[in-house]
Amino acid sequence: MALLQLRSVSKIYHLGGEEIRALDDVTLDIGTGEFVSIIGPSGSGKSTLMHILGCLDTPSHGTVTLDGIPVQQATARELAHVRNRKIGFVFQFFNLLPKLNVVQNVELPMIYAGIGGRERRRRAEHALDLVEMGHRLKNRPSQLSGGQQQRVAIARALVNDPKIIFADEPTGNLDTHTGEVILSLFRRLSEEGRTIIIVTHNPEIAAVTPRRIEIRNGKIAERVDERLAGLDRAAAQSQSGPAPSSA
Amino acid sequence: MILLNSIAVGLKEIWAHKSRSFLTMLGIILGVTSLVGMSAIIKGMENGMKETMVAMGGVDKVLVRPQAVPAWQDHLADSAPGRTLVDVEALRRSAPLLRVVSPEMALDDVTLSRGDKRTEPSECVGGWPAVLEMNLHTVAHGRFFNEIDEEEARPVCVIGTGIRDELFGKPDDVGREIIPVGETIQINGQPFVIVGMFQEYMGEQEAKERARQREQKDNPAEVGGPKRSRGWGKKGGWAFWRKNMIVYIPLNTAWIRFRSGGTTLNSVPDPRLTDIDIKVADFSRLEETLQQAKNVMLLTHQGIEDFTFETQENQVESINKQIQNARISGGLIAGISLLVGGIGIMNIMLASINERVREIGICKAVGATGANIFIQILIESAVLAVIGGLLGLGGSELFVDLLAKVTPSSNSPMITRNAELVAVAFSAAVGVLAGVLPAIKAARFSPIEALRYE
Repeated sequence: MALLQLRSVSKIYHLGGEEIRALDDVTLDIGTGEFVSIIGPSGSGKSTLMHILGCLDTPSHGTVTLDGIPVQQATARELAHVRNRKIGFVFQFFNLLPKLNVVQNVELPMIYAGIGGRERRRRAEHALDLVEMGHRLKNRPSQLSGGQQQRVAIARALVNDPKIIFADEPTGNLDTHTGEVILSLFRRLSEEGRTIIIVTHNPEIAAVTPRRIEIRNGKIAERVDERLAGLDRAAAQSQSGPAPSSA
Repeated sequence: MILLNSIAVGLKEIWAHKSRSFLTMLGIILGVTSLVGMSAIIKGMENGMKETMVAMGGVDKVLVRPQAVPAWQDHLADSAPGRTLVDVEALRRSAPLLRVVSPEMALDDVTLSRGDKRTEPSECVGGWPAVLEMNLHTVAHGRFFNEIDEEEARPVCVIGTGIRDELFGKPDDVGREIIPVGETIQINGQPFVIVGMFQEYMGEQEAKERARQREQKDNPAEVGGPKRSRGWGKKGGWAFWRKNMIVYIPLNTAWIRFRSGGTTLNSVPDPRLTDIDIKVADFSRLEETLQQAKNVMLLTHQGIEDFTFETQENQVESINKQIQNARISGGLIAGISLLVGGIGIMNIMLASINERVREIGICKAVGATGANIFIQILIESAVLAVIGGLLGLGGSELFVDLLAKVTPSSNSPMITRNAELVAVAFSAAVGVLAGVLPAIKAARFSPIEALRYE
């Protein structure tokens, strides 16, 4: 059984009596260890899909199963537990807490998991070493560069050893070079066997991932738009790798 | 675990907005200060009143007071005899439930003099030796006058230390304590021999202060500034001043030397007493005792009810009532100011969570439940209030010190442990209550909305 199973998932919003189908009958499987990008233009429903996959929201219809747990009927409290233990998030704007230092930010998910102080510190430091931020434990997020902040955010996502890591435009707020570094970090994590789902509208990132899912008008597109997936460029650049150019 | 962490985060939050937090706390600080200060003032009042009451003769003392005859006896008003020694004798013989009966004949417009010094006593009273027990006096030097002095109407007197201070000099000024037993002073021009002097009466607070001053005196580093003159009202309280400035002479002496001749040309001698004080033998049988005394006195007064009994119980009751009133009104005011402080906290917490929508969203995304957030906000609010409360305790300490400098020492305010506990507990409760609404609001933030919020 796949790690993530969506069966005929719909999400319907009601805006002033009008029915908006943000997601329409989506069926999707994502297996353990996959490196997937979800692409699509703004308003296509990819954020909604990501929220449902990430257990930030529940679908209006259909079933969602994460690691064998049906989450479509879960209460807010149960969703919080699932997010805490099975999912790690990386956001476009890093979303570190400004009042906490680096190591405290990484410890945050473990506090909600009820892990003791010493163990928390040990695991946080380990996770920071993984992203090569072990030397900046006591710094505030505001004292770090964007790339460094994103690495801390990745460490925070890793620290509870989740089944899936979700990244929402992880390089969207970084310069090209830093974006590449972050992207290669994701690739490394993927090679280590983690399941990673990146939501992006950047074709250069989509080109890196082995699997791409395109959302159009709330449905999964039959065929991935090559331009959107960066495949045209990937082909043009031959085997030299999917190094994104700043053009 | 989460609890400790929440407190730490709460403290950080307060520290991050120092001036805002302080202004928010100010409401609680002032509330606690007013609560503790108010209760300290009331406690001081209570102490002062109780001490005063004891100084005036204790609870079992009953005063026989004159009273206008009742309406149905109006036509008898002219034959009302007033309170005389006849009553005293009758009470002594026929009212066995009374322990002490003490007649007093106070003299008006008395001037005491010795050489070129003169003073006016608080009271110059002709009395029996029973007055000693009645008014809880202690003779420290010499003796009180006895039955023979009374019988022979000897010109002797017993004085309080205040009189000594005025006529012979204060120990502080003279450098030693003068004990004027055997000396002669003039009471309205007539020579009287001092046979005894009472101890110096003072309130607990003043006694403490004296002891401190004495200690300081051993320390020569003390620089003597100009002497502060304090009004009599401030010196140990009115009741103690009055008790120290008293002169007692035998009742018979007072009668023969000052009253029996009449005061003006055409007046007749006035044998009426100014006071009859009685003490009951058994306080639990107060009603019975008073009824007995009333029966006896109705007989001596031929049924004319020109007297009444005033018990200290009434005093106690009125003191308690006053204190209770003060407590209720003080507590109400302090409670309202604490409540206002709580509203301030609620307001600032609401503003704070609106500022931190994104932060709360992040916490939720990484696994915080609504309950986690709820507790977090509640604790922050409570921490804010408790710190305010503790600062308020410090504030009340200063406030009470300040008050103590401007109030008479006998009822200077006193902070009680209870008041402090109540104040801190109350401010914590206010903090928690103030936090509930913002906490519910924060806990209900949807993580998606919160993350999207810029």
